[in-house]
Amino acid sequence: MLYREAGQFKSSYIADSQIFPLRQDRIGFWTLLMVAFLAVPWLASEYWFSAILIPFLVFALAALGLNILTGYAGQLSLGSAAFMAVGAYAAYNFQLRIEGIPILATLVLAGGCAALVGVLFGLPSLRIKGFYLAVATLAAQFFVVWALTKFGWFSNDSSSGVISVPRFDLFGLAINTPVRKYLFVLAIVCVMALLAKNLVRSSTGRAWMAVRDMDVAAEVIGIPLMRTKLSAFAVSSFFCGVAGALYAFCYLGSVEPDGFSLDLSFRILFMIIIGGVGSILGAFLGSAFILLLPILLDNLLPPLAALLHLPFTNATVSHIQMMVFGALIIFFLVVEPHGLARLWQIAKEKLRLWPFPH
Amino acid sequence: MKRIKHLLLAVSAAASLLSAVAPAAAQSNEQFIAIPSYRVGPYGTNGQSYYGGYVDYLNYVNLKDNGVGGVKLAWEECETEYNNAKGVECYERMKSRNPVTRGTAINPMATGISYALIDKTAEDKVPLLMIGYGRTDAVDGSVFPYAFPLVTTYQMQVSAIVKYLAGKNNGSLAGKKIVFLYHDSAYGKEPIVALQAESSIGKFKLVEIPVAHPGNEQGAQWLRIRQENPDYVIFWGWGVMNQTALKAAQKVGYARDRIIGSWWAGSEEDTVPAGDAARGYLSATWNVAGRDVPVIADIEKVVYGAGRGNMQDKNKVGSVLYNRGVSAAIATVEAVRTAQDKFGRGKVMSGEQVRWGLENLNITDARLKQLGASGLLPEIKTSCDNHEGSGKVRIQQWDGSKWVLVSDWIEGNKNLIHPLFKASAARYAKEKGFTPACMK
Repeated sequence: MLYREAGQFKSSYIADSQIFPLRQDRIGFWTLLMVAFLAVPWLASEYWFSAILIPFLVFALAALGLNILTGYAGQLSLGSAAFMAVGAYAAYNFQLRIEGIPILATLVLAGGCAALVGVLFGLPSLRIKGFYLAVATLAAQFFVVWALTKFGWFSNDSSSGVISVPRFDLFGLAINTPVRKYLFVLAIVCVMALLAKNLVRSSTGRAWMAVRDMDVAAEVIGIPLMRTKLSAFAVSSFFCGVAGALYAFCYLGSVEPDGFSLDLSFRILFMIIIGGVGSILGAFLGSAFILLLPILLDNLLPPLAALLHLPFTNATVSHIQMMVFGALIIFFLVVEPHGLARLWQIAKEKLRLWPFPH
Repeated sequence: MKRIKHLLLAVSAAASLLSAVAPAAAQSNEQFIAIPSYRVGPYGTNGQSYYGGYVDYLNYVNLKDNGVGGVKLAWEECETEYNNAKGVECYERMKSRNPVTRGTAINPMATGISYALIDKTAEDKVPLLMIGYGRTDAVDGSVFPYAFPLVTTYQMQVSAIVKYLAGKNNGSLAGKKIVFLYHDSAYGKEPIVALQAESSIGKFKLVEIPVAHPGNEQGAQWLRIRQENPDYVIFWGWGVMNQTALKAAQKVGYARDRIIGSWWAGSEEDTVPAGDAARGYLSATWNVAGRDVPVIADIEKVVYGAGRGNMQDKNKVGSVLYNRGVSAAIATVEAVRTAQDKFGRGKVMSGEQVRWGLENLNITDARLKQLGASGLLPEIKTSCDNHEGSGKVRIQQWDGSKWVLVSDWIEGNKNLIHPLFKASAARYAKEKGFTPACMK
């Protein structure tokens, strides 16, 4: 009743090709942005910023990067954490070694470094596909962590290999409080998400999807395979690189190469599988699910146990949390194998017919 | 099925909305201690013993002395699984629960987490305890006012080990060959700089061999050790890597009594699974194992007698890691006591006040004797220049069923090691852009 397109006429191509063709969607989207930019900074506590919102946004960005590569271009990758590591260490070195470089330039350069490394490790994709490619990107994962540990230059010869990021400011405003960090990350993620959305709607994105669906057919209709695949690797790694830099600069404050382990790559992969492969929204939903659900359970279970007078120790709660988390992953995948984004889409379709479904 | 599906979906939707859950915070007349612990995950068994000892001692102080100067201790655990991101989340969560006192001290027992927290804790004025681990150049209190790598650091430890080995060779290691076999991470790499300094002074040859995490395959490394045939192997292992190394050493026939491990490679959790291969293996330790220490025996009587014991496996009371937890708790409680002596007995101390207590800690042997902890841990005397406070370890040997001490307290070469810390801390201050200064 409320959510339908009846009466909304489009009289120009521009109106027809906007991201949200429905007025209701546009209103919802702008409200969400207003809440994120204006209301949240007033309402949220330091805990919410530092432990929930910032990591959520950072991982959403990384998942977005992987989604471009895996979801849109169909190239399976297990190296996202490595590209994040490249971004984090590159950003650190740019800030350290170039006096007075603006943070935004640092982020772009860090993303650029990650993109270069991504293209390099994307080269095997020209010959191999699927699981074999995943194994090839696994090489990136191990190589990058090894190189960052092996060569002291990357960590400014810190004896432990751990880097701790310097203070930084944006146009003279120090980004040092959780609120500022949150707004900074949010702004960057918004811009990059918009970029991603428009990329996948453009001819580049169509070329990616053509390659994903059948690369031989794509080549036959004149899509250059090499350029398409490598551009997907470059763009994806750029996103991961920026996410890595934000991970170090705005979230943890100090990182070590071991932190960017295969585990992290898998987490990002799970985010897009649960959120929805080949969907921008999916990256955000997946990141929220993987990151926030354990925290929610952690907060929910002990009071629940106390309420029911169950003699749970901390360790038991952790075990139960893992079991519930695992069960929920399986549940959601069984309900909707195409991820949470698809669930949202179905909900929207139902909403259009509501309250008179036929 | 469809109904169940809808029900579950509704429940999960409701749960995601219902996120504002804030259980009661510690009361304001209690001294709150945040414990980001790990009892599950890859290092869970280590954490169970360590945090068991830590919590048992806090309980003991509450039951026996009614807290510190009449102020009861309160604490809360949060599971980190030895994971940096979870550790940060835990820290923020516990901080949000206790906005007033902000906690006495935080002791995550994970080098990675302590690195991630070092800036945040300083900003929030929460003392960060890194007892026997963590960022070692925090020994310099003028750069790291809120971080305390108490008792001893990796570098001082390796220096003490070299001193012990020299002692066995009439005071000189000149011409000898030592292999440093290490976990290829921040933890394993920290001592290298100290070892290199020692080797250039002591004129022994140093061979560094890294083992990639998690270290459950060390065939190549031990083959290389056999080829090199060093006089000693100094071993910086962690978790499953330790037992693997001992078994691999047995396989290539390298004598175990020439392998000497760090204190994270010297607990029952490392030697018992290795079985016979561990017999004769040496390791450093900064706390003594055993139940015959008076305070440990008393904890068994008071805490376990009251049915408040934290250990599920009571047999592990008195193990190396359990006693290490107790030792760490003793240092924490003594810091609160020191702070109370200065800022008012019977009051709840703030993070800043406990920081002062930690920086002016003076746990003498006489005091340890009063506590019933004679010989359990070395004397600790801290200052702004020296957040370490001791730098002493003992060497112990596994006899097949228990750890036996084979040396007295050995202090590392402070004149060699501490300037390294100073230089590293100064570089950190420069990177961060501030001038080091001692806090009053």
